[in-house]
Amino acid sequence: MDFISILSIFVLACFVGYYVVWSVTPALHTPLMSVTNAISSVIVVGALIAAAAAGSASSKWLGLLAVALASVNIFGGFAVTARMLAMYKKKERPAPQGDSHA
Amino acid sequence: MHEAAATPAWVLLAYLVAGVCFILALRGLSNPESSRRGNRAGMIGMAIAVVTTLITHVPGGLAQCTPPYGCQSAWITDWETIAEIMGAILIGGGIGLVTARKIQMTAMPQLVAAFHSLVGMAAVLVGAAAFLNPEAFGITQLIPSGFLHLQGREAYGGVASIINPVSRVEMGLGVAIGAITFSGSVIAFLKLNGNMSGKPILLPLRHVINLATLAAILGLIAYFTMDQSPWVFFTVMGLSFAIGFLLIIPIGGADMPVVISMLNSYSGWAAAAMGFTLHNSAMIITGALVGSSGAILSYIMCRAMNRSFISVIAGGFGGATSSGDAAAIDRPYKRGSAEDAAFLMKQADQVIIVPGYGMAVSQAQHALKEMGDKLKAEGVRVKYAIHPVAGRMPGHMNVLLAEANVPYDEVFELEDINSEFAQTDVAFVIGANDVTNPAAKTDKSSPIYGMPVLDVEKARTVLFVKRSMGGVGYAGVDNELFYRDNTMMLLADAKKMVEEIVKSLG
Repeated sequence: MDFISILSIFVLACFVGYYVVWSVTPALHTPLMSVTNAISSVIVVGALIAAAAAGSASSKWLGLLAVALASVNIFGGFAVTARMLAMYKKKERPAPQGDSHA
Repeated sequence: MHEAAATPAWVLLAYLVAGVCFILALRGLSNPESSRRGNRAGMIGMAIAVVTTLITHVPGGLAQCTPPYGCQSAWITDWETIAEIMGAILIGGGIGLVTARKIQMTAMPQLVAAFHSLVGMAAVLVGAAAFLNPEAFGITQLIPSGFLHLQGREAYGGVASIINPVSRVEMGLGVAIGAITFSGSVIAFLKLNGNMSGKPILLPLRHVINLATLAAILGLIAYFTMDQSPWVFFTVMGLSFAIGFLLIIPIGGADMPVVISMLNSYSGWAAAAMGFTLHNSAMIITGALVGSSGAILSYIMCRAMNRSFISVIAGGFGGATSSGDAAAIDRPYKRGSAEDAAFLMKQADQVIIVPGYGMAVSQAQHALKEMGDKLKAEGVRVKYAIHPVAGRMPGHMNVLLAEANVPYDEVFELEDINSEFAQTDVAFVIGANDVTNPAAKTDKSSPIYGMPVLDVEKARTVLFVKRSMGGVGYAGVDNELFYRDNTMMLLADAKKMVEEIVKSLG
């Protein structure tokens, strides 16, 4: 991919981000932060490339350390988000009968 | 050398799918019902990105063989490295999972700050690895060796391998933003966790120092395109660590919602910059999403405080603690007991509860929910009103109420509920202060003038839970509300007071 196509992806993604984030309900702003935190650990891709590459021992160790740090974030971030989201419940309706009629 | 050009189509496609999954993860958060599905989409996206990278970058190399024996070039997989990578994932993942399970909901701001610092550090490490081994990242180009001063890179034959100048800028920016995110988040963590005073620490000449450091970082990144010596790269890194630290220490505790959102944004831009270096669409899409997410949250928080982003980042707000005139402390106010509060609320048609950071500090959310249930049993309508900057991070109060099993459709945002206070019998303010101060609407000389506040004073009675009369809110201003005729002060620890009210409600 050349620089211009990458830049196009970036600019368009910024716009997507703008609209998607404004539609997030304020009640979920904390889970928004924790999930964005988890997904920004996609930087693990770079860490894996460095850790897997031959040629430089120091580069490989930096990569491995980065893999470990990013993993803390990926697993921790998604897990804590899931834990928070599981707590958001609606008011119990008077007759909570089977919800299979969808 | 140009690995990126040879990337198979399915790999590009896989990263794109991962990027789309991340968009869906954020999209799901528009509603609590779809949010759990969104979170799963995020996990799937991450799995796709990681597996794709592992498949395309299997550690190993072609076996060395000498031509006379006519051997085929055989691929030797480096199992040792694979084991090391798996070990790193397991160790990191294990720490992450245990932390996520054990952390208390009130400590969520610290946790998020800590996680931000890890993303920042990972970006710095990846940048450094790319600098030390650029061939692995496919960001090198060959130039005739006699052409350029070689800047420490080895030359083979008549050509030398250098890092693409464009990649150097991307790398420099990625490392700089990552380092700022790291040290800034560490300071934010220490302040939120109470290891460091939440009061702003003001260095003399700090604006000059900060601007000079920032200019030096940008200048060195520009210079880096001409000279790829290690000293340039590592100076950029060092200065960036320093400025992240310098930027956050002058910012006070209650401005942390803006700081955390801002660092959230930075961690995204760092990932995006690394995505540019690696030509990886998943990283670029994610970086843009996270970057704009943090930026929008910072904007929402600044708007909710009626302060400009620049003034928050410049810091120093709330430094002048309790310098309010002594006369204000002596003004008459009404003090009530838990029984009085229980009686008033029992008689009410509608009670609106206004929680703030003090509720989080004293962990009063469960007792509060119990109080709400008791009142509902008496036929009282109970609602919760949340100010956008209540607490230490965006949505902090909502998470705590959700933890206490308060249904989210009883919890309202400022704009949605503010008109209701006039028809409300009791406003129950617990651990909030500045966000209820009527001076924000009337007193032009007040530091919080113009900040949108909850109109609690319009309720027939205001019950204000506060530890003592002495302290002032974060902004360091006295609250007119305390001395009004329709206000009753409930002076005690928030949790104890609510528990006593619950007892009195019977």
